[in-house]
Amino acid sequence: MISLNNVHKSYATGSNSLHVLKGIDLEIKQGEFVSIMGSSGSGKSTLLNILGILDNYDDGSYYLNGKLVKDMSEKQAAKLRNELVGFVFQSFNLISFKNAMENVALPLYYQGVNRKKRNKIALEYLDKLGLLPWAEHMPNELSGGQKQRVAIARSLISQPKIIFADEPTGALDTSTSYEVMEILKNINNEGITVILVTHEHDIAAMTQKIIRLKDGKIAEIIKNGDLKHFQEQYTKALETA
Amino acid sequence: MEGKGGGFTMFDLDLWKEILSALKKNRMRSFMTAFGVFWGIFMLIIMSGAGKALENGVMDGIKAFASNSAFFWTEPTSKPYEGFQRGRRWNYKNTDIEYIKANVNDIEYLAPKLFGSNSNSGDNTIRGKKTGAFNISGDYPEFFEIDSWTVLKGRMLNQIDILQKRKVCIIGERVVEVMFDKNEDPIGEYLKINGVYYQVVGVVHPETRVNFNGNRKEENIMIPFTTMQQTYNYGDVVHFFSITSTPGVPVSKVEMRLKELLKERHHIAPDDVQAIGSFNIEVEWIKYMGLFNGIQILTWIVGTGTLFAGIIGVSNIMLVIIKERTQEIGIQRAIGATPGKVIMHIVAESVFLTVIAGYIGLALGVGILELLNMALDSGGDEIFFRRPEVSFKMAVSALTVLVFAGIGAGLIPARRAVKIKTIDALRDEGI
Repeated sequence: MISLNNVHKSYATGSNSLHVLKGIDLEIKQGEFVSIMGSSGSGKSTLLNILGILDNYDDGSYYLNGKLVKDMSEKQAAKLRNELVGFVFQSFNLISFKNAMENVALPLYYQGVNRKKRNKIALEYLDKLGLLPWAEHMPNELSGGQKQRVAIARSLISQPKIIFADEPTGALDTSTSYEVMEILKNINNEGITVILVTHEHDIAAMTQKIIRLKDGKIAEIIKNGDLKHFQEQYTKALETA
Repeated sequence: MEGKGGGFTMFDLDLWKEILSALKKNRMRSFMTAFGVFWGIFMLIIMSGAGKALENGVMDGIKAFASNSAFFWTEPTSKPYEGFQRGRRWNYKNTDIEYIKANVNDIEYLAPKLFGSNSNSGDNTIRGKKTGAFNISGDYPEFFEIDSWTVLKGRMLNQIDILQKRKVCIIGERVVEVMFDKNEDPIGEYLKINGVYYQVVGVVHPETRVNFNGNRKEENIMIPFTTMQQTYNYGDVVHFFSITSTPGVPVSKVEMRLKELLKERHHIAPDDVQAIGSFNIEVEWIKYMGLFNGIQILTWIVGTGTLFAGIIGVSNIMLVIIKERTQEIGIQRAIGATPGKVIMHIVAESVFLTVIAGYIGLALGVGILELLNMALDSGGDEIFFRRPEVSFKMAVSALTVLVFAGIGAGLIPARRAVKIKTIDALRDEGI
C-alpha cells in the first residue's frame, strides 16, 4: 500500500536548510492501523504530509498503491488525494459557512457528484457517526468531538483506501479522544488503512503498530505483540510519574 | 471546466453560496468595492447619455436641412470701395436671381426670401377678434427643398402661387392655435396680415429648429415671394438667399463663388468679409460632428478610467479576501479541489461582484436618463438637450467589458492563491 524508500526532506530556512527527514524506509500494508510518534521536531507531521501528498520530498521514492508519487502536478495530486486518501486534522478544518452535511459532502462536490446525491450520501455517513440530528448545524454550533466526527465523516465519504489523521485527538479531552479513537478503530476494521500522528502514548497504544521517529529517522517500530509490552511500560511510566 | 462529472456550471448552488457568504462576511468592504465599479459604469452611462442628448438637441435643429445647403444675407459693408463709404447698407436685387442662375454652376436649388415683421415686433395678423404676432416671410417653393417642412393639412406653396402672385399663405401650428378655434379647419379661411387678406392653403410643421426670422418656426407665416414683394412695396429687394449645391459638389465651393459674384455686382470690396453674412450646413455639420465626437471620446476616457479604477479596487479586495481565506482554500485543496476549481471559484466571485455592481450602475444610469428624458419631453421643443440615451450596443459592450474586467480582476489573486503550496495554506493561521 505504502512504500517509502530512503526518503529525504529538508526545508530551506533563510540561508541554511533544515534537514527534517533523513532517509525514511517504511512499508505499510493495506488495513494496518499505524501511529507515528515522536517529539516535536522529529519530523512526524512532515512524514504524514508526504504520505498524504500534501508535501513533496527531495530524495528517495514513495509508492502509494503501487504508483510512484514524485513531482506530481497539483492537479494530479488533488485527484489522487480525492480518490485515495482521507484527511482528519487536529483543528478539524471544517468550512465555517457550510453546515455539517455540506462539509461532509464537499469531497464529492469536487468529484462532480450532483448536490442531491452527495447530500444523501453525506447524511448516511453522518448517521453512521451518530450525527444525523446535527446535519443542518453549522460548525460553530458543534462541540469539539462532534466537529472531529464530522471531519471523519468527510474523510470517509470519498471511500478512501487510507485515512491520514494529524493529531486527531490533540484538541479533544480524554473521553472524547477515546471516542474518536474508537471510531477510527471501527473504520480500520472495515479494511481501511489508518495512519495517525500523535504524541500521546495512550492514543498510540490503541493502534496496531507504532512508528517512533527521532531526529528525522525511524528510531523503532513497535508491532502487534510488543504493543502489550509497550502498554505495560507506558502505564508503569505513568504510575511512577 | 474540470471535465469529469458535473464540474463547473453557472447553476452550481455551492459556488453561489460560497460567493455570497464570502461577500456577506464583510458587507462594508464588499459594498465599497462594488461601489467603485458601480460608479464607473454609472458615470460612463450618465456622461455618454448627456453627451448624446446635447448632440440630439443640436443635430435635431439642423439635420433636416439639406446637408449641402448654404444661406446668405446682407450686412453693412466694412470697407470703402468704388466711391462708396464703409458702413453702407445694401440689399440683394431681383436681377441677382437670374444672374446667379446664369453664372454660377453647380446650384441645385436657389430660393430668394423676403422677411416681413416677426413675432417680436408686435401683432401683425388679424382674424375677426383674434390677433397675433407671427414671423412673416415671402418664399419660393424651392425653399422647402432646402429646409424641410411637413405638410399637416392642405398644401405647400407652389410655382403657380409665385407666377400669379396669389394671396395665399401657409402657416405653422402655433398660428393655427392662436388664430383659430379648436376643431376649426383653417384651410380656406382668411388671415389679415399687415392689412392684406391671405387665404390659408396649408398648415406645416418645421423639421428643423433654426429660424432665420423670429424665434419659433411654428409661428411662421409664409406667403409667395412675388406676392410679398409687390403687396408691401419691397420693389426689387431680396433679403436672403438659400441654395443647395448639386449633389457631389461641396457647397463651400459654390458659397465662395457666389459671394465673389455678389460682391462684384454690389460694389463691395473683394476682401470685405463682413458685408455678406452666410453659413453653410456642411461646415456646421463637420464642426458639430467634431465637437460631439470629442465629447464622446472624453466620456469614454473619463468613464473607462473611473471604471478601471473600480476594477483595480475589486482586484485588490480579492487579494485581501484570498489572503484571509488561505487556510480555507488549503482545506479545499486537501480534500480534492483542483487548482482549476479554486481559480474558477475566485474568478466567479470577482465576476459576480463586478457584474452585479456594474449592472446596478447601468440600470440606475439608464433609469436616471429615462427620468430626465421624461422631464425634458414635457419641456417642449426649444430645449437644446434632447433624448438623453445610451445605445443598446454601448450597454452590451459595457457589460462585456465588465465580465472580462471581472475575470481579469479575479485571475491575479486566484493564481496567487494556488501558487501557495497546499500544506502551507493549511498551516496558515490567517493574518
